[in-house]
Amino acid sequence: MTIAIPATQAPRKFGIDVSKPVLYGFAAVLCVLIVLPLSWLLIYSLTDAAGHVTLGNFYRLFTESSFYDPLVTTFIIATSSAIICCAVAAPMGWLVARTDLPFSGVIRALVTASFVTPPFLGAIAWEVLAAPNSGLLNKIFRNVTGAEQDVHLFNIYSIEGIIFVISCYTFPYVFVLVANSLDRTPGELEDASSILGGGRWYTARRVTIPLVLPALLAGALVAFLQAMTLFGSPAILALPAGFHTMTTKIWSLFQYPPKPELAAAASLPLLVLTIILLRAESMILGRRGYSVVGGKYGAPRLIPLHRLRWVAFIVCLLVLMLPVFLPYAALFNAAFSPVATTFLTFQNATLHNIEFVLFELSAASLALKNTVILGGATATVGTVIAVVIAYVTARHAVAGWRALGFLATAPIAIPGIVLGVGLFLSYTRPPFVLYGTLWILLIAFVTIALPSAYQQLQAAFRTIHPELEDASRILGATRLRSLWQITAPLLRTGVIATWCFIFVGVMRELSAAIILFTSETKVISVLIYDLNESGDLGAIAVIGIGMLIITFSVVIAVNRIPGFGTVRFRT
Amino acid sequence: MTKQLTKRDVLKGAGVLGLSAFAVRVAAAPAAEAVTPALIEAAKKEGKVVFYTAMDLQFAERLGKTFEAKFPGIAVRVERSGAERVFTRIDQEYSSKIHTVDVVNTADQAHCIIWKRNGWLAPYLPEEVVKYYDKSYYDPEGLHVTTRILISPIAYNTNLVKKEDAPKSFKDLLDPKWKGKMVKAHPAYSGTIMNATFEIARDLGWDYLEKLAAQNVMQVQSATDTPKRISLGERAVMVDGAGYLVIRYKEAGQPVEIVYPEEGTPLATGPSAVFKAAPNPNAARLFQNWMHSREAQQMIVDSARQYSPHSQTVEKSSVRKLADIKLMKEDPEGVHAQADAVKKRYAEIFKV
Repeated sequence: MTIAIPATQAPRKFGIDVSKPVLYGFAAVLCVLIVLPLSWLLIYSLTDAAGHVTLGNFYRLFTESSFYDPLVTTFIIATSSAIICCAVAAPMGWLVARTDLPFSGVIRALVTASFVTPPFLGAIAWEVLAAPNSGLLNKIFRNVTGAEQDVHLFNIYSIEGIIFVISCYTFPYVFVLVANSLDRTPGELEDASSILGGGRWYTARRVTIPLVLPALLAGALVAFLQAMTLFGSPAILALPAGFHTMTTKIWSLFQYPPKPELAAAASLPLLVLTIILLRAESMILGRRGYSVVGGKYGAPRLIPLHRLRWVAFIVCLLVLMLPVFLPYAALFNAAFSPVATTFLTFQNATLHNIEFVLFELSAASLALKNTVILGGATATVGTVIAVVIAYVTARHAVAGWRALGFLATAPIAIPGIVLGVGLFLSYTRPPFVLYGTLWILLIAFVTIALPSAYQQLQAAFRTIHPELEDASRILGATRLRSLWQITAPLLRTGVIATWCFIFVGVMRELSAAIILFTSETKVISVLIYDLNESGDLGAIAVIGIGMLIITFSVVIAVNRIPGFGTVRFRT
Repeated sequence: MTKQLTKRDVLKGAGVLGLSAFAVRVAAAPAAEAVTPALIEAAKKEGKVVFYTAMDLQFAERLGKTFEAKFPGIAVRVERSGAERVFTRIDQEYSSKIHTVDVVNTADQAHCIIWKRNGWLAPYLPEEVVKYYDKSYYDPEGLHVTTRILISPIAYNTNLVKKEDAPKSFKDLLDPKWKGKMVKAHPAYSGTIMNATFEIARDLGWDYLEKLAAQNVMQVQSATDTPKRISLGERAVMVDGAGYLVIRYKEAGQPVEIVYPEEGTPLATGPSAVFKAAPNPNAARLFQNWMHSREAQQMIVDSARQYSPHSQTVEKSSVRKLADIKLMKEDPEGVHAQADAVKKRYAEIFKV
């Protein structure tokens, strides 16, 4: 028995099928979505402010320390965050998916909560917790040890602090990929290894790890790229910490007078690096196939942890204190106490911040409306596009599927803020004048969400063997029908997860929005950023907690849509 | 009587002559406008006004709510961010022909120079401005009016610093004992700080800022954030920021104290303007008019704790009068000419 069934994917010929035009239509949309802003970026990076062709932007990028220092800093942050994320998320994913860890559903929900938390909100909460002097944790530390006023345990305004906060809100990407992959891996393969005499570690090394390797690699890659292109956390923490990352540097280039040509040039190294990493990933994975969900496997078997069950559970909870419990406790404190970093008591509790947000903050209702509209629209449009492209690339359904897959992954290399500029350059001139409308934000959010959504669904497709679809096709169904009746139900979990994932992504998104918003099209994330600029922590806390409630309500509602949600397939 | 008339005639004649001489360059000062029932009616039809401002959010919203209560049916939407960001935003929107702003209030007079040059502002002089404001507080063509006068003093947290140890001047801040204990706002985000940085660099020299940067100063964006940081106790001393917030926090019982530096306190006046392409032109004018009335201006003094250009307002006795503070001189033309150089040099010195 082989670990993975080699996927036989010889090119197949099709008759007249309505699916072809549909697929080419999607390909065309994708091209416009991505190629247009990228072209403008490239053009801008190669011209100076007066419009002459030049390499001067790149020369400045690599000779001025105000540019290459942020480049180095960003690389350090991204690498460290990716390593930390994998080290934490992979074991946790395994515990949740493959062992009899108690309350594993709770752990999953908590990871979701940390994913739902926008990185900028997490960063603000960690400011309240771990600012060197006013941070709540440092206050507790000084109270307990009686240390001097100047002594502190944590300093969030440092490169370590930024790496920590970024990791807190990036590790869910790795966790979800690893846990989902393990969920789909049948236990028989491991059982077979045990039966044939393989010890626990041997089985892990030769069977389990190779099976989750694609997911883990994809996770590490996503974590690296997320950390590299993240704007939210550095925007909150890097300025007080006294340095720039690439994204904050690029943003500073749009201050009046804007210098888009330098920003465009500054973003290209990130793009090149991403392409190299994506190539490396596919080289490591090679040509091996990883289809594990065919028609013939049972559910995965759980490994008993015995007495270690509760130890493992407590360790998981302790880890999740960092992205979830502590920050939300800090936000709760900030929402109800008179001063954000004063400990809340029954005597000093106040509803002032809630009153302010509900009755005085005049920008709030419009921002909320915009955010919910954009969240729903982006998630729906993005999921449809991602499903189709993942299908095309997984089944090699049209010529040029490789290019399509690359296009869908390419936006991950573009920091949201630079994509924002690319879109700004593309859609402020005829024929598409979209700036000032929600459409431009929709395009930005779909483009940003696409790579992760696509990777998630592609991973899901990769583990579903085409034999099930083939059976349907042999029995006379068209491609679209077999897609709808066979593949879609099998992908149900993946599709819902992707929809929620994109919706949450919109809530988290700040970097493109900060370039593309106008006062009529402001979203919650920008509102929070503006509030942070003036240090209105109480109002931020109220909005942040409200945001979490809204997001969870939507995610739960989507998971309970009747008909779509009630069928539970066992593979 | 006859004599007076003659005098007036002479003045009129001179005015006409003056006007014709400068007609090419300077438009006539618009007539002072009162709040008429027709204006209120037209404003109510529009139903809303969009107010871009660099005022601190709490006060800006309170101002908006007071306006809404006085003129029911007109909603005020406040878009608050640092003055330099407000400026960038309007530039970005107007470059794309998006006209959403009705009334703007910034903290940097240099912005009005550029908007005026671009021809974006509508002439509008409220009646009370002409009556009660010194001419230096409004544009001769009526394109913008100073709404509030801001100072950017030093301040400290009284729990962390004893009164006798507190710094008295900018020079004191270079003492090694303040290393790692100061917080400062950023001229690329805040208009108040753009002016303050310009004035400090002009009066004390850039090498002062270089020495200050060596003191390991925590950097935040907005002038409204530094007072919050010292009131939280995150840093002991603020180098610059909104003096009015320090006063407000002190009056609310928080442990902060203001210091007017010996070298002089940086000054920035915050002008407001109505945009020519305002989507709600009548509501915009009504709001601009009311914002410069004695009622709103007294709010600027009493509740924002800023200084008012309106000569009928009454300053509170609890804080130092503007006339008694040694001020650095504001120079909008200078800021306008050097803003980019200031930002660039500042970024080199402070690394952010």
